[in-house]
This record gives sequence, structure tokens and C-alpha cells, in this order.
Amino acid sequence: MAERVRIRSMMPPGHVRAPAYLRGKTGVIERPLGIFANPEKLAYRLPAEKRPLYRVRFTMAELWGDAAERPADTLDAEIYAHWLEPLED
Amino acid sequence: MPHDHPEHHHEGMSPSGHPYRADDDTALSYWQAMEIAVRELLIEKGETSAEAVQRQIDAMDSRSPANGAAVIARAWADPAFKARLLDNAGDASREMGFDIGPMHLIAVENTPAVHNVIVCTLCSCYPRNLLGLPPDWYKSRAYRSRTVREPRAVLSEFGLDLPDDVTLRVHDSTADMRYIVLPAQPPGTDGWPEDRLAALVTRDSMIGTGLPKAPA
Repeated sequence: MAERVRIRSMMPPGHVRAPAYLRGKTGVIERPLGIFANPEKLAYRLPAEKRPLYRVRFTMAELWGDAAERPADTLDAEIYAHWLEPLED
Repeated sequence: MPHDHPEHHHEGMSPSGHPYRADDDTALSYWQAMEIAVRELLIEKGETSAEAVQRQIDAMDSRSPANGAAVIARAWADPAFKARLLDNAGDASREMGFDIGPMHLIAVENTPAVHNVIVCTLCSCYPRNLLGLPPDWYKSRAYRSRTVREPRAVLSEFGLDLPDDVTLRVHDSTADMRYIVLPAQPPGTDGWPEDRLAALVTRDSMIGTGLPKAPA
């Protein structure tokens, strides 16, 4: 997994744990969290495959641009691997 | 007299001058009816009992921020425990005897250079096993949306003005982790026993919307 990642800009319906405000945004992997049953399946009692989960850190500048209160403040969120697009440095 | 408002009509008011809360004479919602139906079926079929349901409610109600405060106090008093807490907060809490179930817990440490605050934008994820039920504001759309967009303004409304040289880290509990803030130990409390330290740890200081109390 590349250190820099972009959250995929998908808009699927259903029980999705990647918040819309992070989609299309670029961050860095803060730490891997292990593998967990995919909640997008679990929520519907479907057979849920195990997926790697990561903590991704974004700067407030990346999320909110000029509207950021303090650009260097950060936001961390847990994002499943299938929502992450690895980026070249 | 604080409640003497001669310009107001006091009809429908309590003797102390406050309006009575309206009775909840509304129909059950779809989900309320569903919950009652499923619960009654489970009891009828012998899968559970009313007593077991009540026991579970009692267990949920008995958890309080005092559990989290005990964990924080030990981390302040015992550097080896603090290292274990930051490495795996779930295991460190279990080591103290807290039943935190399968919860995956991450402790995030406040330092002179970094302040942490917890939010769940998607719903109301909260470390209930250690802190009890979340406060109502934690579940409000205002807190959930504003804490990622303008967290410093939100903290300021809680009475916490962060200096500009402190980095703020917001943690959105989006999936399987739960978070607890390890606040900085108040100055002047070195060597205090854990129970005295725990009395300084507030619920909000473990969410990050406040700081521990200063020693009296």
C-alpha cells in the first residue's frame, strides 16, 4: 500500500463507511488497522469478505481549501482498502 | 423572585412557573412498533426474556465516564501502563478489568503541541464500554458536521480556545475503531494516587471537547 492515497470518488448506495466529504481527497496512511469484515455487506447480512482497514490522515487544507481554520490541522478517518487509490510520490 | 413574571399567563404552568411537558400522545413510529413486535416474539418463543432485556439495559446504564477516568488516571500514574494504552488501548483497558467486549480502542494523546478531538460524522460511534452512553450533543448533526469543518470554532463554544501553535487532530470514527483522548496530566499533580487523579478527568476531556479539571 502506497503511503499517499486518494479516496475513490464512487457514490454507491447503501451502508458505506467512507464519508462523502472525504471522497476524491488525498491523504497519507497513518497506520494499518488489520482486516475486518466488510461492513457494506455485513449491514445486509450478506457474506462479508475480510478487507484491510487503514487510518488515513488528511490536512484541513486538503479538505476545505481556503476555508480551513488552520490548514495544518488534520483529520483522521478509517477507510477500507477498496476505497483507496494508491498515488505515486 | 426569579419566576415572578406578572406579564405572563401562568395557566398550564407548574407551581414554579415552568410549562408542563406535553404528554407523548403520538402514535408509535414504524421502528418503535417493529422493536416491540420483535421483542415480544423473541420472548414468546423463549429466545430471551423481559428480565434479560432489562439486565442488558441496566448493564448499559451502569457504564459511566468513571471507567474511562480510571484508565486515564492509571496512564498518568504509571508510564509503563501509558505505553501499553497507546499501543493497544483495548488490551490495556481489559487488563484493568473493564469488560469492553470486542471493541477496538485507540487512545490518542494530548501533548503541549497536539490536541485531539473525537467525532463520528456517519452516526454516533462512541467508546460506550468505557464512557457510557454518549451525550445528546455528540449525536447532533451540528456537532457531527461542524467538528470536521470548523473544529476550533466548536471547541471555542465548549470554552476551549486552542492556541494557534497547537495542532488540532480530529478523529472521525468511521468504521471499526473507537477512540478515547488521553488528556495531558494537569500540572501540580505528580505523585497523586490514582483515585485523586481520576476525579480530575471529565467525560469531555476524554472526547477532546474539554480539559481535565485543575487541582483544587
